[in-house]
Amino acid sequence: MKYAFYPGCVSRGAAPELYDATVEVCSRLGIELEYDSMSGASCTGAGILQEKNLKLGDTLNARTFALAEKTGLPLMTICSTCQGVMSQANDRLKSDPEYLAEINKSLADEGLEYKGTADPRHLLWVLIEDVGIEKVKSLVVKPMTGFKAAPFYGCYIVRPSSALGFEENPDRQDSLEQVIEAVGAEVVDFPGKTLCCGFPIVMINEKNAVKMVANHTTDAKDLGADAMVTPCPLCHLNLDGYQPQAASMAKRPIDLPILHLPQMLGLAMGINPKDMRLNGHMVSTKKMLTKVAVSP
Amino acid sequence: MEVTLSVKRFDPDSDQHSSYNQDYVVEMEESATVLDGLIKVREEVDGTLALRCSCRSAICGSCAMRVNGQARLACNTKLVDIVDSGKVVVEPAGNMEVVKDLVVDFSPFWDKVRDVKPWLDPEGPDPDPDQEYLASNEAMLDLAGVMACIMCGACVSDCTVLEVDPNFLGPAALAKAYRFVADPRDSDDEPRLSDLNEYGGMWDCTRCMQCVEVCPKGVDPMGRIMSLRDKAMATGYTSTYGARHSMAFTNGVRQEGRVDELSLPVLSKGVFNIVEQIKMIPLGIRAQLAGKRPPILPHKNPGQENVRRIFNRLDKHDNSPDRLEIPTAIIGLASPVVLTFVAIIAFLILQFYWNSESVSGLKPDAYQSGSVEPFTRFSYFHNCFWFYCDPETSGSELVVNSNAEAER
Ligand code: SF4
Ligand code: SF4
Ligand code: FES
Repeated sequence: MKYAFYPGCVSRGAAPELYDATVEVCSRLGIELEYDSMSGASCTGAGILQEKNLKLGDTLNARTFALAEKTGLPLMTICSTCQGVMSQANDRLKSDPEYLAEINKSLADEGLEYKGTADPRHLLWVLIEDVGIEKVKSLVVKPMTGFKAAPFYGCYIVRPSSALGFEENPDRQDSLEQVIEAVGAEVVDFPGKTLCCGFPIVMINEKNAVKMVANHTTDAKDLGADAMVTPCPLCHLNLDGYQPQAASMAKRPIDLPILHLPQMLGLAMGINPKDMRLNGHMVSTKKMLTKVAVSP
Repeated sequence: MEVTLSVKRFDPDSDQHSSYNQDYVVEMEESATVLDGLIKVREEVDGTLALRCSCRSAICGSCAMRVNGQARLACNTKLVDIVDSGKVVVEPAGNMEVVKDLVVDFSPFWDKVRDVKPWLDPEGPDPDPDQEYLASNEAMLDLAGVMACIMCGACVSDCTVLEVDPNFLGPAALAKAYRFVADPRDSDDEPRLSDLNEYGGMWDCTRCMQCVEVCPKGVDPMGRIMSLRDKAMATGYTSTYGARHSMAFTNGVRQEGRVDELSLPVLSKGVFNIVEQIKMIPLGIRAQLAGKRPPILPHKNPGQENVRRIFNRLDKHDNSPDRLEIPTAIIGLASPVVLTFVAIIAFLILQFYWNSESVSGLKPDAYQSGSVEPFTRFSYFHNCFWFYCDPETSGSELVVNSNAEAER
């Protein structure tokens, strides 16, 4: 299994632990990652660039798709937001050949052409659809029995459902719960799991963003969660980085570690937490690690 | 088909002041909707059940409620499609106060729609009586998408921002605002955009797409909000945090092909907005201590000139090749992380200065006589500073301690 790897900006910036954990986990899952041919791919625009100029956003994503097509490999991402933005762009490009031809004009200078065959997929979906949940289970050497994990999807990997192939792949809708169960942990179902973490407005209206963090983390904590697991590094940044503010706002301690999806997988696979930089979170993971019976 | 409708009930006149779920088992046709089920309950099982409906065919917008956790029109939702092991959970619409059972108070909804002045203020002199105000077909097609709104409030029910901030105008009112801003016959674009630029307006939306997902009429409120933002920036309203954030983000991608995480917060808050910059320091320090260090030096993607070419070709606001361009990385140097170090050094210098003999004449007598440790003057700030910075003693611990003390 080999994939054209699109790590996104954040795993190479403010959440380097996601990148490291992904590399470690993929090697155990037998997933080979093609880096070099994708290293020139730009940011997806994260929905922000699309505010100003949808066509520009679609062109940048078409360029990424064309780069992936050139490798002949399926395209894999590790960010919910990248996933959603790419899926939406792909939806527009594939459904309108005229539009695609127009976009391709801007790629021609570079000798690229997007033929419309790419199918960007998040590691979370790859786990279910290509690796198979049984294989994931078979690689678990340290079952996380008794560990309670609250799933947090992030908006872009669940909405708009029309662009995300839920009809053809209904498993995608509870994929995170399936993975949590596969590693032997218990799912903490809480109302906010598909809601917004608040990250997009944290620079604009911090109070509202922090309130969202407070609501989600306290809800999960009150239901007994030991950690929250997310396939979105942006959700991680907000739920982890702004948790101290959220605690002051909620006037109570929270201390809920926010794990990246591959970090949770890695723990169950017996990967050393340091290799996945579990010590690189703002909310300490120490207490949580004693619970999964691996030393920090 | 036997269906259990689990309805969230609330009666303001009863002694029971909280809501509760009541299950009704009804026999329904395959073709029946949630509304059919609820009406059957009201007519045959329990006459006290309160709900709103009128057209029963997704036109009037009265019957929006949460069905299995998501806002929908009850008359537009078939039971067979959503029944989950024989059960369907029905709750009143969210983000609005419940009047009784499934009936919610729409007054704030209408107030907000009224706030955006939902009427046309025609441009230019009145046309002569035989003529109409003209609008292009293209513009009308775009507007027709928004005018399809039936004011059902499903989007408002599930909006994630309204959940934390009732002041937010919300998706329905903002979509309505777009309908007039985008109307070529309307003359009030600038004042409208100026109002919508305020707190609670277009920039407070988190782009969570709940409204897009639940709208039964394909109005795409979020897409309209994004268009409002574009129009606001194009009109010159560029000094809000939202506009700055959007422009800085785009510029980062333009220059480096990826997000510049150091300069983005600085540029969003404004380079000279010292107060906000200082407020970011604790977060910057926590990030540093956790080892979250985005690269400080420029980190252009390979082949970035190709991305740049696409920008020059397609970015209408941004195609002058020789405008002054400060690399975002340099602005990043002024980021909170760097400011933090400046603050630490300033602190050390101050402390040194305070302890040094040369200023002893300025110190209060107590210090001069040596009865007070020179350091105490700073210790308050010192403690606060480290308290906020240390990930082990974050704000949460502060609360724990004070609670514990209070209990004692
Ligand atoms: S996209 Fe914006 S307006 Fe729509 S539901 Fe989310 S926050 Fe509310
Ligand atoms: S935008 Fe859609 S969901 Fe919102 S009030 Fe109008 S029709 Fe209802
Ligand atoms: S009853 Fe009119 S929209 Fe449902």
